[in-house]
Amino acid sequence: MIFEAIAKLIAEHNDCDVAEITMDTSFQALGIDSLDTVELLMNLEDTIGKEIELDQKVETVGDLVRFVESKCQG
Amino acid sequence: MLTGNTAIVTGGSRGIGRAIALEFARAGADVALLYASSEAAAQAVVEECLAIGVRAAAYRCDVADFSACKEAVAAVKADFGKVDILVNNAGITRDGLIATMKEADFADVLDTNLRGAFHMIRHCTPLFIRARRGKIINISSVSGLLGNAGQANYSASKAGLIGLTKATARELAARNVTCNAVAPGFIQTDMTQDLDTGANPLATNIPLGRLGTAEDVAKTVLFLASSHADYITGEVIRVDGGMAM
Repeated sequence: MIFEAIAKLIAEHNDCDVAEITMDTSFQALGIDSLDTVELLMNLEDTIGKEIELDQKVETVGDLVRFVESKCQG
Repeated sequence: MLTGNTAIVTGGSRGIGRAIALEFARAGADVALLYASSEAAAQAVVEECLAIGVRAAAYRCDVADFSACKEAVAAVKADFGKVDILVNNAGITRDGLIATMKEADFADVLDTNLRGAFHMIRHCTPLFIRARRGKIINISSVSGLLGNAGQANYSASKAGLIGLTKATARELAARNVTCNAVAPGFIQTDMTQDLDTGANPLATNIPLGRLGTAEDVAKTVLFLASSHADYITGEVIRVDGGMAM
């Protein structure tokens, strides 16, 4: 569910097909920089209604998904 | 010049902050004042802004408190709907010689003047990033450029603000958010009335031959907050009568 939400936000941001985004896709390959990642997370906060503080480096979509899932469980 | 914009001015109840708030209001901006303790003074500035015909409100907030700043920004967002301009003006002095300066006197000045600006930038930035626009103006000081004897803490905090300004400018430029600093010289305010400016070698060497007014500073801040300064970021503008050139 988190993956779907993130993939949708990335697809909107990049104006691309959501099917192009997998857990292994790197943000670098997507042309998404660290500030974009922060923005993505802010939009995700709106979607899931929970505040998340990004306190680690995320390189792939999977990294971000796992990070958000860990925060949502904790 | 600023119609349709909402501005937060910290330390907005007195001195330079008050002048900035009024200058903004005259330019058509809605004004949210943050003040630490002078509630009556802050309310008086709000009344003056309202009389000019803009929206205005005052919020008690110690900018040295990270969480308090978060709440204040959220309150302004809730009341005004958005934030377009942030002026980090709140500042304190605890003057003394380094040889005898207390640890707390150094820390307190850094906490309010430098960390306070970071706290406000930190909490306004998400709003600016999303809006793809924003103007941050930090009130530094020529003390931060030249160093002022008896003000190691204040000078350090104001020099720190210049580094903060430039880092913020670089980091947020891609989101159309500018960050600049204004470095006032000797300005006639409550803060400087106790200073013996006649005996201060810096104050006796002002090419324009007079102390500055809060309005002199406010007009420069207005310029940086306006669309006239859209292509200016990471800049430090001295408003000091030529003192520090």
